Amino acid sequence: MIELENVSKSFTLHNQGSAVIPVMERVNLQVSAGECVGLVGASGAGKSTLMRLIYGNYLAASGRVMVGDLDVAQAEPRQIIALRRETLGYVSQFLRVVPRVAALDVVAEPLLAVGTPQNKARDKAASLLAELNIPERLWSLSPTTFSGGEQQRVNIARGFAYDYPALLLDEPTASLDAKNRATVLRLIEGAKARGAAIIGIFHDEAARDQVCDSFIDVSAFSPKVAA
Amino acid sequence: MGAQVKEQDMTPLLQVNALTKMYGPRIGCKDVSFDLYPGEVMGIVGESGSGKSTLLNAMAGHHAPDQGEVVFDTRVDGPVDTLKMSEPERRMLGRTDWAFVHQHARDGLRMSVSAGGNIGERLMAVGGRHYGEIRTQAADWLGRVEISDSRIDDRPSAFSGGMQQRLQIARNLVTGPRLVFMDEPTGGLDVSVQARLLDLLRSLVREMGLSAIIVTHDLAVVRLLADRLMVMKDGHVVESGLTDQVLDDPQHAYTQLLVSSVLQV
Ligand SMILES: Nc1ncnc2c1ncn2[C@@H]1O[C@H](COP(=O)(O)OP(=O)(O)OP(=O)(O)O)[C@@H](O)[C@H]1O
Ligand SMILES: Nc1ncnc2c1ncn2[C@@H]1O[C@H](COP(=O)(O)OP(=O)(O)OP(=O)(O)O)[C@@H](O)[C@H]1O
Ligand SMILES: [Mg+2]
Ligand SMILES: [Mg+2]
Repeated sequence: MIELENVSKSFTLHNQGSAVIPVMERVNLQVSAGECVGLVGASGAGKSTLMRLIYGNYLAASGRVMVGDLDVAQAEPRQIIALRRETLGYVSQFLRVVPRVAALDVVAEPLLAVGTPQNKARDKAASLLAELNIPERLWSLSPTTFSGGEQQRVNIARGFAYDYPALLLDEPTASLDAKNRATVLRLIEGAKARGAAIIGIFHDEAARDQVCDSFIDVSAFSPKVAA
Repeated sequence: MGAQVKEQDMTPLLQVNALTKMYGPRIGCKDVSFDLYPGEVMGIVGESGSGKSTLLNAMAGHHAPDQGEVVFDTRVDGPVDTLKMSEPERRMLGRTDWAFVHQHARDGLRMSVSAGGNIGERLMAVGGRHYGEIRTQAADWLGRVEISDSRIDDRPSAFSGGMQQRLQIARNLVTGPRLVFMDEPTGGLDVSVQARLLDLLRSLVREMGLSAIIVTHDLAVVRLLADRLMVMKDGHVVESGLTDQVLDDPQHAYTQLLVSSVLQV
């Protein structure tokens, strides 16, 4: 479902003397349907960068980034938008809150975008918010005023509302209490069981071991620095 | 965005080819080309004087460019170069399938006509005749842009800046256009009013499956509204792509400067 071939990534800082910062090279990885691969490696090794390369908000310098049959590294904006609507979900570390949109609608939005009827979408959103222990009195409010943990749970609910065939999860269990962490892990296992291909970053080892089938140490892709 | 559109075999709604506008020896915009597909929202950003309004006005037929094509996929005849249309044809397009939201609401409204009249006028221009129906639709649109229908007989001069801008949007969208041009639609409004207007635009664009081209210098606005982004400098397009890619991983020196010189958006 997800396959990277010889991908490399560097950043060129034009306004800092055009410094070129190589971040990773020769990335090869494959994730099949129903499989969850955990990315590991020290802070700064490039775990989040790798996810953004797959999601398409970072541009690969070279190589192929296949999700389904689309090469994200070469795709047109509208193809990536369609991919994100229908195929590829992403739970980032922070919720990007849109002012004045109710939490329930934030969660229902990915379902509405694929044409799910309003009432079905809202029912699903409500059940996810309930499962993640967001008090019902908050559902009609914009998450702008929510606590960090509440925002994160809204973000997770949104990521699991629609059954994406592929999912990217950047530290979905960070800063959650035991009960909510268990819920998130259950959601991940459910997604695997229905055949989703998942790439996850988990700092919590127990969580990692529970849901991941294999691991990739991103440090292995660090460019060899000439001494 | 929200529109359910099929990927394959889709004709661009708008094809802009090598569009150039000079002001004497000075470049307004130079050699701009892109395709816009149905349902897409494109942002155009760049510093003051970079040619954003010049480009938008050239596309919308407000002034004649020196070179290039603006091909629109018309309902009846398919793709047609609008620059080669007759003046009446182009004016008709401007009242039906196209809409233009000006930065200053007073440029897009008739200030001497009531709010209801401003909306109704556009309906009448496309053949609306039944007074009662026009008034009902006008009231409905006032509601959609969150203006109380008790204000239907007031003139826009009695409205706040934010209300005037919402009225201008209602007037433009009432005829169900397929393509909307917007020049700094939230400029000159204070921040909380802007947020409300943006949210409104965002839901209208989604519900109606509109295509839109939005000129702004505010990166938060494009982050919220635009699927894709074009960055202009000195009349040239220096970078374009998926909005979050251009903002999160800008490739061009100028875009990097633009992104780093504002607060995190
Ligand atoms: N937009 C960017 N511009 C320049 N450098 C960047 C950018 N994004 C990431 N980097 C650099 O790429 C490297 C990898 O960062 P990344 O965020 O992927 O690490 P990570 O493995 O997710 O770390 P952590 O565990 O701390 O989240 C870092 O050196 C970072 O500074
Ligand atoms: N009617 C005109 N005659 C001569 N020069 C003009 C005319 N209109 C614009 N220009 C010039 O063309 C260039 C582009 O102007 P334009 O209005 O398109 O910029 P802009 O990107 O919309 O800027 P802003 O963000 O300030 O609105 C500028 O150098 C401007 O001075
Ligand atoms: Mg990270
Ligand atoms: Mg301008």
